[in-house]
Amino acid sequence: MISVPELSLVVLVGVSGSGKSTFAARHFKPTQVVSSDFCRGLVSDDENDQAATPAAFDLLHHIVGVRLSRGLLTVVDATNVQYQARKSLVELARSHDVLVDAVVLDVPEEVAIARNADRPDRDFGPGVVIRQRKDLRRSLGRIAKEGFRRVHVLRGVEEIEAAGVAYEKAWTDRRELTGPFDIIGDVHGCRSELEALLRKLGWRGLSHPEGRTAVFVGDLVDRGPDTPGVLRLVMDMVEAGTALCVAGNHEVKLSRALDGRKVRVAHGLQESLDQLAAEPPEFVARARAFMDGLISHYQLDGGRLVVAHAGLKEPYHGRASGRVRSFALYGDTTGETDEYGLPVRLPWAEEYRGRATVVYGHTPTDTPVWVNNTICLDTGCVFGGHLTALRYPEREIVQVRAEKTWYEPVKPLGGPARDAAARGATVLDIGDVAGTRHVETRYGGRFKIAEENAAAALEVMSRFAVDPRWLVYLPPTMAPPRTSTLDGYLEHPHEAFEEFAAAGVREVVCEEKHMGSRAVAVLARTPEAAAARFGVTDGAAGAVYTRTGRPFFADTAPLVERLRAACEPLWEALGSDWVVLDCELLPWSAKAEGLIRSQYASVGAAARAALPEAVAALEAAAGRGLDVAALLDRTRRREANARLFRDAYARYCWPVGGLDGLDGVRVAPFQILACEGRATALEPHAWHLSTLALLDSPLITRTRHLFVDLESPDSRDGAVAWWEALTASGGEGMVVKPAAYTPGRVQPGVKVRGREYLRIIYGPDYTESLDVLRRRFLGKKRSLALREYALGLEALARLAGGEPGWRVHEPVFAVLALESEPVDPRL
Amino acid sequence: MLLTITTTSRPATDLGFLLHKHPERVQEFGGSYGTATVFYPEAGEDRCTAALLLEVDPVALVRSRGRNSPDFSLSQYVNDRPYAASSLLAVALADVFRTARAGRCAARPELPGTPLPLEIRLPALPCRGGPELAERLFAPLGWQVSAESVPLDEGFPAWGESRYVRLVLTGTLRLSDALNHLYVLLPVLDDGKHYWIAPDEVDKLVRAGEGWLGGHPERGLITRRYLGRRWSLARTALARLAELGDETEEELEPPVAEEASPEETAADEAAAAGTAAEGAAGAPAEGEPGQERKPRSLSVLRREAVLGVLEELGAVSVADLGCGQGELLAALLARPRFARVAGMDVSSMALTIAARRLRLDRMPDAVRARLTLFQGSLTYTDKRLRGYDAAVLMEVVEHVDPPRLAALEHVVFGHARPAHVVVTTPNVEYNVRYPFLTGLRHPDHRFEWTRAEFAAWAARVAAEHGYEVAFRPVGDDDPEVGPPTQMGVFTRDQRS
Repeated sequence: MISVPELSLVVLVGVSGSGKSTFAARHFKPTQVVSSDFCRGLVSDDENDQAATPAAFDLLHHIVGVRLSRGLLTVVDATNVQYQARKSLVELARSHDVLVDAVVLDVPEEVAIARNADRPDRDFGPGVVIRQRKDLRRSLGRIAKEGFRRVHVLRGVEEIEAAGVAYEKAWTDRRELTGPFDIIGDVHGCRSELEALLRKLGWRGLSHPEGRTAVFVGDLVDRGPDTPGVLRLVMDMVEAGTALCVAGNHEVKLSRALDGRKVRVAHGLQESLDQLAAEPPEFVARARAFMDGLISHYQLDGGRLVVAHAGLKEPYHGRASGRVRSFALYGDTTGETDEYGLPVRLPWAEEYRGRATVVYGHTPTDTPVWVNNTICLDTGCVFGGHLTALRYPEREIVQVRAEKTWYEPVKPLGGPARDAAARGATVLDIGDVAGTRHVETRYGGRFKIAEENAAAALEVMSRFAVDPRWLVYLPPTMAPPRTSTLDGYLEHPHEAFEEFAAAGVREVVCEEKHMGSRAVAVLARTPEAAAARFGVTDGAAGAVYTRTGRPFFADTAPLVERLRAACEPLWEALGSDWVVLDCELLPWSAKAEGLIRSQYASVGAAARAALPEAVAALEAAAGRGLDVAALLDRTRRREANARLFRDAYARYCWPVGGLDGLDGVRVAPFQILACEGRATALEPHAWHLSTLALLDSPLITRTRHLFVDLESPDSRDGAVAWWEALTASGGEGMVVKPAAYTPGRVQPGVKVRGREYLRIIYGPDYTESLDVLRRRFLGKKRSLALREYALGLEALARLAGGEPGWRVHEPVFAVLALESEPVDPRL
Repeated sequence: MLLTITTTSRPATDLGFLLHKHPERVQEFGGSYGTATVFYPEAGEDRCTAALLLEVDPVALVRSRGRNSPDFSLSQYVNDRPYAASSLLAVALADVFRTARAGRCAARPELPGTPLPLEIRLPALPCRGGPELAERLFAPLGWQVSAESVPLDEGFPAWGESRYVRLVLTGTLRLSDALNHLYVLLPVLDDGKHYWIAPDEVDKLVRAGEGWLGGHPERGLITRRYLGRRWSLARTALARLAELGDETEEELEPPVAEEASPEETAADEAAAAGTAAEGAAGAPAEGEPGQERKPRSLSVLRREAVLGVLEELGAVSVADLGCGQGELLAALLARPRFARVAGMDVSSMALTIAARRLRLDRMPDAVRARLTLFQGSLTYTDKRLRGYDAAVLMEVVEHVDPPRLAALEHVVFGHARPAHVVVTTPNVEYNVRYPFLTGLRHPDHRFEWTRAEFAAWAARVAAEHGYEVAFRPVGDDDPEVGPPTQMGVFTRDQRS
């Protein structure tokens, strides 16, 4: 039985006619086998065209490389009888940090020659096989030293026929263990603190009553007062099956020292050597064997958790190579140098984008900080700090204080490392947003973001948006209902009610639209709370931004201050010291004055200047007896429409001012998007509206609303009358939403806009051409609304779940990108 | 939209012959512009007025452009086209009065050549540049100009005047000339952004401008505006996002000009205007265009200063961060010592223009291989920025909101970490030397620093990231207020 690692490169070695393809087909899936003949055919249309061999191997190497980088076992079916051919494959495997096995098929020369003779496509004579066999003979002597993990040699036809292939799990692969785990930081011989920590975690002796498993991040030894005591305890736990331990750099060095190898005795190694010298030789031998056997890292809990001493970047998870081990032991100082000969230092945690949680130690810091789903648990116990454990999956930190400073640190704890960590939580990379992307959401599937939309969003985001730490949400677009067939109306509540009733919704809420500017307010109770939750350090306690993420007003601080004061009742009610609110900010002109002036008021001005003169000219012509009656009538109506148009926008404009420029400004919050630990956007609207009714401040405008039972005609009629009244007095209209979150392809809300308001959207004369305008296509808008809604909820869920900044930013950015898609802007 | 033409020559009804439109009839014409009706509100012996009333249906206008119309912003539906005397009216006028404009009149061949007393009224003429510009454009052609601003909204007096003027032109001119003036100058005054320029527009301009455009003192402005600006698709995505944020499209416009314009900033323009004003007295009126002597613009001086520093530093690979339209890239590529050149900008439109100006598609392989051009942002870390000897931030930092500067600092100095970073930015103290300048030098500038402010910023960034910084002036170093542009040259410490 041949045993190969689950993830590895398997190199078949054998002369032409030795049965490699048959062997591969029998033991591996067809997709796992990459053959040189096949590649030769792909690049030349002739599997035997030897001139195409270099190109064929280029292709073969490429395919193998792509498969290995994707973590797929791959078998190379080529003769590989020459050292050079094998060497390039070993290098390829190493460059992807996978193990490589060789399987040599050694058949007698005459068998191979006879097999080739039977195959009409192999027109080469016996000389080729004889030459290949010579190469193979020469190879067999040294193949074991070529970097293969194992060389399996099968001699003779029978042995090849009889062989089977089994898969070996990687040592690092303990994905079947699901915990719960208590992951413990660098102990460094602090036995007493370790025992105290285990007690605090609820351990009794070598086991935990709830069946928890301890995972040590390495560096059990050196510097501290009782390295043998720590080793004894951990070894007993590991042997009892209640603990795992990965290798730390100190174990590696100590074990080398115990092997009698020459190492520089420093960094507390002397303490370990002295303490071990007092132990019986059996114990030292056991400790040596234990430390020798420690492996670089573990993948746990279905791959969702990775523990390595100095951390591990994602491409190395579950891989095996010298550099993987070196990364796991020492971090990202791989000895690479840049073009100036300086070592390349990569802040791997800052750049980490993997889904697996990575827990590590190695670098002492004063407080453990989550950086992109990674956390360092070395809090310098031996230097007088703390011994730290992380409860997983609870993500709870448990610490005990060091009894004393056992070892003087070379440099003080924390400092720059901590700054880097805090910054790392919010550093976004271009790779997080650019190009064509697929964003996974839990509320509607996976959405594609096209590259050109991402490009537009990147520009707006980079040039105008607030700090991404505040930018935790962007509102989705909202579609109107099906077009009304009622005379004089383009939109009417009837279609909205029908739509939701058809989707099985029984109750909806109608909320007044305020015709302000959409605003997202992120508010914290104190600047300290803002720093803790959002990682901002400039003393700000909130932000208010537009639908494109741009701050409201040149200086948002006064608005944030007023809003925080107004939202005081929420802290208690929500049990949170921060909140994200979806609002409208009034008047429209406060933010949009430039737009109103350049677009809407200009149209009105031109119309009012031109139309009366046109009417006068036509009246004069009519007076002369010319037949201009129809044109005159039309022009008079247009003149009246132009006045209505002017009134329509003017309603939403009023001056603001005062000391902080906010007199006259009002904010109408209508939904609580998120607060500590909760994506409250999913709560029923009754909860939102009643909670927001707690706010009592002149700054706050209530959102008038009405709950409608869709099965009751009276209730529906009442809502229609309410909408009529609202829009007759110039209101923008209303939004109709299912009263409670409704999963599936149901619109989260539709807007039913008033007849006069629509003049702003469809133009002053839209009422003259309703029949043409009724042909509108809602499909794209509705699809966008659903996608953006799901992305918005996803962002809030990620925020509430404490996920890294880039994870929150991804769906927020996607909303902005989708908003740049071309769609009828009047919808 | 309405245009009236009145004459008081006797018999005034000759106007009907000239226009080929009978004064007692109402005639309708249809075209891509909408429906034009010609009628005569008055037609006496002493005074005759022809009116052209153009009805534009914005909905139909959009539909006629087809499904692939690149423009998806609301402004194409709600706009002044149905009311204002825009380029559409010019097109309608050219079509309806084609024969008159050509100066032909079969019935009365002597009429077209005769100047007539004319009065032309346009009640709502979009006029970017205000009533003064209408005066500047029409007066040299022999018109008496009355241009009166239309208020934006009487209900909001604080909003001031609209961009429309009520224009009345009076003068004694040939009717064909009058029509050609209108045909060319209406779109010029409108300067509308949604006016699509077809390739044959140049020919049309040459034909309509025959005999008067060549000698017009404002011919530069007329030509530039008439031929308009061509925008690509990238812009419409921005227009949509602008509306979404309740902002005008202009607010989101990337800080680049479409075609080569030596005056890239308002300050440069102001400086140029100042120079022109000083030189006007002595300059010959009939100077050939292109012979005007201009001082080397600040943008040229700045580019030369940056190139000089890069050469001094011995940089071989250079990344121009915020490369805009690629002026510096072109200069870097022209110098073989710069073996590897990268241009990054956040605006895809800027990159499209840069690619066109650098003639990327026909660049020789050897040059092309030295250049990488890509979209990127200074607020996102980017591996592609690593491995260059020098990074250039030429007039870039002032386009970043101050709270986002920390991200830029991290991306450039903390993550990309080139050996050298060259930063230039305006010196706001120098702004007093631009008499025409109000506010900052460019509408997209988020701030402009004094020398002390720049020095403090640079010193802090250098200290935090392990760089040394030295300062140099760019442009005339004024003893009182310093140079117009300040430059900081950052060099990474050897040990870090």
